[in-house]
Amino acid sequence: MRDDLLDLLWEGLKETLYMVAWSSVFALLIGIALGVTLVVTERNGILAAPTLNKIIGTLINGVRSLPFIILIVLLLPVARFVVGTSLGPTAAIVSLSIGAAPFLGRIIENSLKEVSSGKIEAAKAMGATPWTIIFRVLIPEALPALVRGITIAVIAITEFTAVAGAIGAGGLGSLAIRFGYQRFRVDILIATVIVIIALVQLIQFSGDGVARSILRRRRQL
Amino acid sequence: MIEVSNLSKTYKTGKETVTALSNINLSIRKGDIFGIIGFSGAGKSTLIRCLNRLEEPDTGRIVIGDTVITDLDDKELRLARRKIGMIFQHFNLLDSQTVFQNVAFPLSVAGHPKPYIREKVRALLALVGLEDKENVYPSMLSGGQKQRVGIARALVNDPDVLLSDEATSSLDPQTTYSILELLQDINAKLNLTIVLITHELDVLQHVCDRMAVIEYGSIAETGTVDKLFLQPESHTARRFVSIIDYYRDKRSIIEGFGAGI
Repeated sequence: MRDDLLDLLWEGLKETLYMVAWSSVFALLIGIALGVTLVVTERNGILAAPTLNKIIGTLINGVRSLPFIILIVLLLPVARFVVGTSLGPTAAIVSLSIGAAPFLGRIIENSLKEVSSGKIEAAKAMGATPWTIIFRVLIPEALPALVRGITIAVIAITEFTAVAGAIGAGGLGSLAIRFGYQRFRVDILIATVIVIIALVQLIQFSGDGVARSILRRRRQL
Repeated sequence: MIEVSNLSKTYKTGKETVTALSNINLSIRKGDIFGIIGFSGAGKSTLIRCLNRLEEPDTGRIVIGDTVITDLDDKELRLARRKIGMIFQHFNLLDSQTVFQNVAFPLSVAGHPKPYIREKVRALLALVGLEDKENVYPSMLSGGQKQRVGIARALVNDPDVLLSDEATSSLDPQTTYSILELLQDINAKLNLTIVLITHELDVLQHVCDRMAVIEYGSIAETGTVDKLFLQPESHTARRFVSIIDYYRDKRSIIEGFGAGI
C-alpha cells in the first residue's frame, strides 16, 4: 500500500511537471509577445499604436476575468483541434498555455514598464531601431523583475494544473480529487498537498536564486 | 553648423494646449560650445531634444551640418542620430551591461566589426580617463564616472555635434567642474560642436563661448557669454546676473568693514 501510494504520487508528479513545464514555455512565449506589444504600442511607446494597444488590453482583461475552470471548458474544443483530444495532460497544456498567457502578458508588461524612459530615449538618440531597443534595452534591463514575475506566473500555472486535474487533465490535482476527495483517501490527499507545496517552494526558490544571481553579477545587490 | 529656424512646439494636456517653444531661431557655429540657459520650465530641454527629434517639433526647420534634420524619415533620422551624440542629466547607462558594453552599444547598433569596436571603445575610455573600468557595471561607479561613460558612449561614433541635456545638474560642484573640463578638452581636441543646456550660470561661465537665454519658450537674447554678464537684456539674464551682483556687493561691504563671515 505504501508502494502504491508512492507510485501514484510519482506518476502524478511527472504529469504535473510535464504540464507545468510545457504550459510555462508556451504561455511565456505568448506572454512575452503580448507584454512587449503592450509596452511598445502605448501612446508614447517606441511603436505607438494606441488602438492596437487598447484592443489587446481589452482581450487580456476579458480572458483574465473568466474563472480558470470555465476557461478550460471553453478551450476544450481548441485543445481537441490542436492535439486531437480534450482529455489528459497534453490537452490540458493547450488550455493552460492560453489561460496563463494573458496573466504573463500583464506581468511582463509591468516589469518592462519599470525600465526608465531615459534609457530608451538614450538608445533612440544613438540611432537604435525599435527592435534593438526591445531586445538590447527593454528586456535585459528588466530581466531581474521579469524573472521574479515569471516565477509568480509559473506558480500560478502549477495551481491551474491542479484545477485542470478536476476535469481530467491528470497530475497531482486529479490525484487529490479522485483519490483524496472522491474515495476518502486522506493519506493520498495529504501526501499530494505536501508534494505540491514542496514543488511551489522549489519554483519560488529557483526563481529568487536566478534573479539574485543576475543582480549580483551586475553588482546591484 | 546648426541652424534652427522658426521652430515651434506645443503640448496637448487634455483639452489645454501649452506652448513649449515658439518661433525659435538659433545659429550655432562649428566648434563652439554653445550654452542655452533658462529657468525650469522655460523650454530649454524641449529645445535641445528637438535638435535630434527626440521631441518632434510642430513647425520649423533644423539643419545640422548638411543635413536637414526636420526633413528626414525614420530610417534617415536613425542614421543622422549616430552623428549627434547626446548626454543626459541621469546618465541613462544600461545597468545590464558593463562599461565596455555601454560604450560599445552605438557601434554595435551601427553594425561595426568587433575588432574595430574594441579598439574604438578603448580609445574613448582612455580619453575620458576610465581605462581601468572596462569590465565594471555602472552601479559600481560614482556619478562623475557614470557621466564619463556617458560621454564616451556619446562620442564613440565620431559625432559632429554633442548635445548635453543638463549633464552636470545632478553632480556635485567639484565633479561638475571636472566634467566641464573634459567637455572643453574634447571640444578642443576633436573640434566638436557642443550644445549644452543648463540652469547654472557657473556652467555657462566656465565653458561656453556663446549663449542663448530662453524665457517662456522664446529666445530672449543671444550673444557672447561676456555680453550676458556685462549687458544683460532679458528679464531672465538680469535675474541670473543679479544673484552674482548681490553677493559681490555683500562681499565688498563685509570686506569694507574688515570682518570675516
